[in-house]
Amino acid sequence: MNETLRLPLRLAILAFATVVLQQAAVAQVSIFGVSADITPLVVMSVGLLAGSLAGAIMGFFTGLLVDLILVQTLGVTSLLYIVIGYWCGRLRELRDPSHGLVPLAMGAAATAVAGIGLAIIQFLLGVDAPVSFLLAQQIFMTILVNTLIALPVYALVRRIIRPALPDDPRRRRRRAYTTGGLSPLESRSQRLGQIPRSSR
Amino acid sequence: MYDKQVRRRRAILAILVAVSLILLTAYFGESPSSPLHTVQRGIVEVLSPIQEGASKALKPVRDIAGWFSDTFSAKSQRDQLKKEVQTLRTQLDHAQAALIQNAQLSKLVGLDNSLGIASFQPVTAQVISRDPTLWYATIEVDKGSDDGVRLNDPVVGDGGLVGKISTVMPTAAIVTLITEHSFAVSATVQDSLGDQGVLLPEVGNPNQLLLQNLPRRAPVQTGQQVVTSGFKSGSLDSLYPAGIPIGQVADSNVQDDLLNNQQVKVNPVADLRHLDVVQILTAPHGGSRRAQVP
Repeated sequence: MNETLRLPLRLAILAFATVVLQQAAVAQVSIFGVSADITPLVVMSVGLLAGSLAGAIMGFFTGLLVDLILVQTLGVTSLLYIVIGYWCGRLRELRDPSHGLVPLAMGAAATAVAGIGLAIIQFLLGVDAPVSFLLAQQIFMTILVNTLIALPVYALVRRIIRPALPDDPRRRRRRAYTTGGLSPLESRSQRLGQIPRSSR
Repeated sequence: MYDKQVRRRRAILAILVAVSLILLTAYFGESPSSPLHTVQRGIVEVLSPIQEGASKALKPVRDIAGWFSDTFSAKSQRDQLKKEVQTLRTQLDHAQAALIQNAQLSKLVGLDNSLGIASFQPVTAQVISRDPTLWYATIEVDKGSDDGVRLNDPVVGDGGLVGKISTVMPTAAIVTLITEHSFAVSATVQDSLGDQGVLLPEVGNPNQLLLQNLPRRAPVQTGQQVVTSGFKSGSLDSLYPAGIPIGQVADSNVQDDLLNNQQVKVNPVADLRHLDVVQILTAPHGGSRRAQVP
C-alpha cells in the first residue's frame, strides 16, 4: 500500500469505528449514572501520537460524523474536537511528554473540554437550560469515567496507528539511551564511562 | 522549511475551524427541509443499517457491561422494592375492587374504557442508537416511513409514554424523548378531580418532569399516576391519545398561595436510558386531523 495513505486510511477507519461503537454500545452502558464517551479520548490519543495536524483533522471528521449520526447541529462537535486534537498534538510536539500517565490527564482534560464546551455552545445557541448542579455533576462524572478508561483507549489507538506512523521519537530516544547511542561505532562504556551502582 | 510547515499547519487548522463555523451557522439558520438537513438525513439513512448491525452484534458486550453496572445497584434496589411490594399489595386489593366496579359501570354507560394500544396500530421498533449527551435526548429506531411511521407519531415503551417521532427516514426514525427541553404534552393527574395541566421537562434536570398549570387547589398527592389527557378541540386532536401513562407525582408540596396555579414534579414511568424496544402508535386518532399543540 502507498506509504502516504496508510495513516489517513487507518485514521478514517478508526474514526468511523469509534463513532459506531460509541453509539451502538458504549453510550448504552451506564456507569455511575452516566455513559462514557470514547470519541474525545480517541481524538486525544491521535493528537498525542500523530501530532497536531493529524489530531485536528481527526477531530474535525470524528466530530462531523458524531453530529451527522446523532442528527445534531453540524459543526458543534467538530469545533470542539479540533481544539482537543490540535492541542494534544501541540503538547506532543512542544513537550514530548514521556510519562505513562500523560494520556490519563489528557483524557480528563479532553473530556472536560468536550463537556463544558458543548454546554457553552448550547447556551449560546439558545437551549433553555440553566447552569444546574445536575449538569455540573453529570459533566464531572463523565470526566471521571473517561479518565478511568483513557489509558486502555490510548493503548488501543497506539496499537492501531503506530505501524503507520513514520517513527516514534520516544521509542527512538529510549533506544538511543539503552543501546549506547545511535552510532554503532561507539560502545556504551566508551561514551558514558563507568556507571556508578547508585545511579542504576 | 520549518516556516513552511508551520504555515501549512496553521492554514489547515484555520480552514477546519472556518468550515466548522460555516456548517454551524448554515445549519442553525436553515429550516428542516434545507439541503444540509436533507444530506444529514441521507447519511443517517445510509449508516442506519450499519448501526443496526453493530447494535445487534454488540448486544452481548452491552449486556455484560450492563450486568456489572446493575449488580452494583441491585442491593439497594432490592430493599427499596421490598418496601414498594408491601405498599403495592395493599393498593392492589383496593385497585381490584375498583376494577370490578369500573367494569360494571362501564358496561352500564356503554363505554369502552380500555386503553387498547392495539387499536392505535402500533409498530414495534428496536432502539439502534441513543444520544449520550444531556442536550438532545433522542434515540434512533429501526422503523421508518416504509413501516407506516409518520412525523409526530407518539412512541410508548417500558410501560409509558417515551416521546414522539421528530425525524422520519424510509427505514429509520429519530424519537425525541419526553425529557427533551422542547417537549410538552397535556396531561391529567389521576386524583379525585382528574386535574389537567401541561407536562414539561424540568429545566436543568432532564431526568424529571414538571406538571404545570394545575388548578391552585388541585388535590394532588405523591404517587398519583399522570397520564396523557388527549386534548380535543373541535376536529383537532392532541398528538397523543388519552390515558397513556407518563409518570408518577414525585413531589406534591402545596405551592405558594399567591400563585394562581400549582406545579408538581413527576418521575417518568419509562426508564428512558435503558430502552431496547419501543412501540410507535401509527394511528393515534383513527384518521382524524392532528393539531400542532401538545
